[in-house]
Amino acid sequence: MTLLRDLVSQGAQMLLVLLLAPLFTGYVRKLKAQLLRRQGPPLLQPYRDLGRLMRKDVVLAESASWLFRVIPYIIFAGTWVAASLVPTFGSGLLFSWSADLIAIIALLGSARFFLALAGMDAGTAFGGIGSSREVMIASLAEPAILITVFAVAMIAGSTQLSTIAEFMGSSAVGLRVSLGLALVALIIVAIAENGRIPVDNPATHLELTMVHEAMVLEYSGRHLALIDLSSHLKLLLYVSLIACMFMPWGAAEPHAGNLALAAGAIAYIGKLMACGILLAVFETSIAKMRVFRIPEFLGAALMLALLATLLRFVSGSL
Amino acid sequence: MMQAALWLVAVLLALAPAGIALSMQKRGSAMLYGACLIVTTALVGIALLNLLDPAHPILSATLPVGLPWLGAHFRIDPLAAFFLVVVNFGGAAASLFALGYGRHEDSPARVLPFYPAYLAAMNIVVLSDDAFSFLVAWEFMSLTSWALVVSHHRKAENVRAGYIYLLMASFGTLALLLAFGVLAGGSGAYDFAAIRAAHPSANVASAVLLLVLIGAGSKAGLVPLHAWLPLAHPAAPSHVSGLMSGVMTKVAVYGFVRIVFDLLGPPEWWWSMVVLGVGGPSATLGVLYALMQRDAKRVLAYSTIENIGIIFVGLGLALAFKAEAMGWVAALAFTAALLHVFNHAIFKSLLFFGAGSVLNATGERDMEKLGGLIHRMPRTALAMLVGCVAISALPPFNGFVSEWLTFQAILLSPQLPSWGLKLIIPAVGGLLALAAALAAACFVKLFGVSFLSRARTPLAAEAREADRFSLAAMFVLAALCLIVGIFPGLFIDALAPAAKAMVGNSMPHQASLEWLTIVPIAESRSSYNGLLVFTFVLLSGSIASVAIHRLASDRLRRAPAWDCGYPDPNPAIQYTADSFSQPIRRVFGTVIFAAREIGEMPPPGSAHPARLTVSVHDLVWEVLYAPIGKVIAFTTEHINILQFLTIRRYLTLVFVALVLLLVVVAI
Repeated sequence: MTLLRDLVSQGAQMLLVLLLAPLFTGYVRKLKAQLLRRQGPPLLQPYRDLGRLMRKDVVLAESASWLFRVIPYIIFAGTWVAASLVPTFGSGLLFSWSADLIAIIALLGSARFFLALAGMDAGTAFGGIGSSREVMIASLAEPAILITVFAVAMIAGSTQLSTIAEFMGSSAVGLRVSLGLALVALIIVAIAENGRIPVDNPATHLELTMVHEAMVLEYSGRHLALIDLSSHLKLLLYVSLIACMFMPWGAAEPHAGNLALAAGAIAYIGKLMACGILLAVFETSIAKMRVFRIPEFLGAALMLALLATLLRFVSGSL
Repeated sequence: MMQAALWLVAVLLALAPAGIALSMQKRGSAMLYGACLIVTTALVGIALLNLLDPAHPILSATLPVGLPWLGAHFRIDPLAAFFLVVVNFGGAAASLFALGYGRHEDSPARVLPFYPAYLAAMNIVVLSDDAFSFLVAWEFMSLTSWALVVSHHRKAENVRAGYIYLLMASFGTLALLLAFGVLAGGSGAYDFAAIRAAHPSANVASAVLLLVLIGAGSKAGLVPLHAWLPLAHPAAPSHVSGLMSGVMTKVAVYGFVRIVFDLLGPPEWWWSMVVLGVGGPSATLGVLYALMQRDAKRVLAYSTIENIGIIFVGLGLALAFKAEAMGWVAALAFTAALLHVFNHAIFKSLLFFGAGSVLNATGERDMEKLGGLIHRMPRTALAMLVGCVAISALPPFNGFVSEWLTFQAILLSPQLPSWGLKLIIPAVGGLLALAAALAAACFVKLFGVSFLSRARTPLAAEAREADRFSLAAMFVLAALCLIVGIFPGLFIDALAPAAKAMVGNSMPHQASLEWLTIVPIAESRSSYNGLLVFTFVLLSGSIASVAIHRLASDRLRRAPAWDCGYPDPNPAIQYTADSFSQPIRRVFGTVIFAAREIGEMPPPGSAHPARLTVSVHDLVWEVLYAPIGKVIAFTTEHINILQFLTIRRYLTLVFVALVLLLVVVAI
């Protein structure tokens, strides 16, 4: 009976992230539009876009290989699994032990590896430029997030997200400098990884400034829909990650009752709304960077994360 | 069992002269590689029996060869058994690959005799239980591999690579010789049992550590002793390149582990700082060098330096925890290092075999002349893709598991009391994370430029798929990459006896955990389940595919590439290997490689093309090796006069030398 309940809540989590991800993107877009005094697309527009793309034919470049057709499914699967392993409304779900935080980041790394390959596959100039810039950004963002994870994991004594969330929710945390540094580093990485302003512009169609859009330029139809859905999922994943590590209030404990789960879900929605507002305000108040300023931006994250780790090594209480 | 192992090695040695005769025959190479395949497979079996049976006694034997009255000592303990598995599994895979690949060899007489001798030499290094046999086998291994490096001697660069390799190998052996000399001390005890019992003093042990780090480290390719490696490994025929990179560097790791963990006794606390200080930079610099290359085999050789760095970081952590008597963490770090030894042997062999197949099919190692091979060589491409994902440390493949274990060991290091380590370990962790991310970039480039995109030359457009044997070898290795990745617990358990013998502790038993999860310390701390992650990814991908094809649309049209409305049929428009790594070169290379880009624009109205000149310097070579080379060249040139003296002057020289010696003796 408990197994069934656990299975249901794990399944609910998987479906929840899948269904909520486009909504969150729509929400951020709407907020950004309203900050600019525009009407903006309706909240449900991302779902309509996905539905329309899925029903369309795929137009495949003549030079594309079989790998090009498989990659959207790999990226989607990897991102979805990673997103459903991050606690949202409750921690300690049935399969939460199957991958810790390092493995979740590596799963996203796998998805990115294949996305960069897809950019190279058709043999076009724009695909190459996108892949080449993406791996440059990743080569700084990935170590930055790994070291952030080191800092947090050393404080919480675990790389298991559920344990970290429980620890952060308890009173044992206190106010620590290293956690503050880690939070800033994590936010910078989250912005870069999701291709948000100032690193990349998700709405751009100006060829020379694109990173993510350039890589997926040759995709169309259901393939593009899956890749778009994966980007929505990735954004939701990072927001959930920040929420579960640094805003652990209200999330249900392992094996909690239905009421606690419902309360956790409400708290989760509240956190998402708050994070969405922050993201929209940040994005509208800043301009996009030149490509070669990005390493400095990410380098700052790397250094902050290293500093956080070093503080933890030097003193147990900082 | 010991006798059987020695007999099999003797067979390998006997195959060497047989190789000369076989190289004259039409089917000679197939016969020789077939024989090597059988012998190495049998040796894998023997080693596995030793490793997997916990109650198995440690085997030893003394043969009346070598030094008179002393004989040669051989022994198989769990550590040796593990490395025997690595050596002979790599050897078996290379032999299987060469069954097909070796047919295209232009000068088999330069390869066939040395190949079995090289395999035998690596086996003897691992088997030997005294300093004399160890050093003789080590030098034999260097010489046979040198012969294989210069087997294609008509290319000037191969001869140069061979020359530098020979110099560095002799230098490394010299350092090991001195290390054993110091260890043996006045008593002259030269078999390992006596050295182990002797317990050298702290100063002696520290000197030995440094000498071994130079001797074994130069063979393994640690920065800054790596300069020969990216020259020599690619120069050899591809199956030998795979052996050199995948296996011989592991024999060097074995040498380091045997001496430092086994013979030297309890470590000093600062040893680990030296090892970590070399390992971390090796990992990052190796992969940065790899990113700057456009020759596929050279990329792989540089990436070997990266992986050796990761292994040495694991070993350094193990030393640190062993010195502080934290046995269970030491076991974790040591197991991570050994698992990475095994993993790297698998995927590096696989990648070299793939590069060899491409070389065979197109005659090209330069990625900028390849492209689109996934259409012409789909099976090779699939195997290579697995290798590229695995070496980039991405789940659910094997490279991720060993790096994950290394990270777990790093996360336990705040418990170490020493301040030096507290400062150096976060930096090393950062370097390791950087290396992992850069490795992914490097292998996106390798696979993307040579296998994906459009063919850049007619040769690449007309490539033919590799033969059955080569494909079989690659697919066995690729399957193993996945198996180790999703059942890591079984392989971790197999390493337990070796860890127990070297650091006095072993990781908790993993295979009995439910769902085959791996839990290095405690479940609340960290756990990873490759099988479940793999199943989830497979399931959700398939569900998405089926659902979309059924419910939405499954139609597909082919059309010219879109490319924002400006598709160009010229393949030169694509990103090349150099342009792909340009952003990374600009971010990291301006300091480390003194990379500069100079763009020259013609004046307005001129019809001359614009030019972009990129200069990248290997600072290690220019700062460290070139001055040493200059000094040696200068002295040899001036000593050279001694060759052209008259007999009177020679006699005077002899007289002066004699007088000097007498004076020295008198004083």
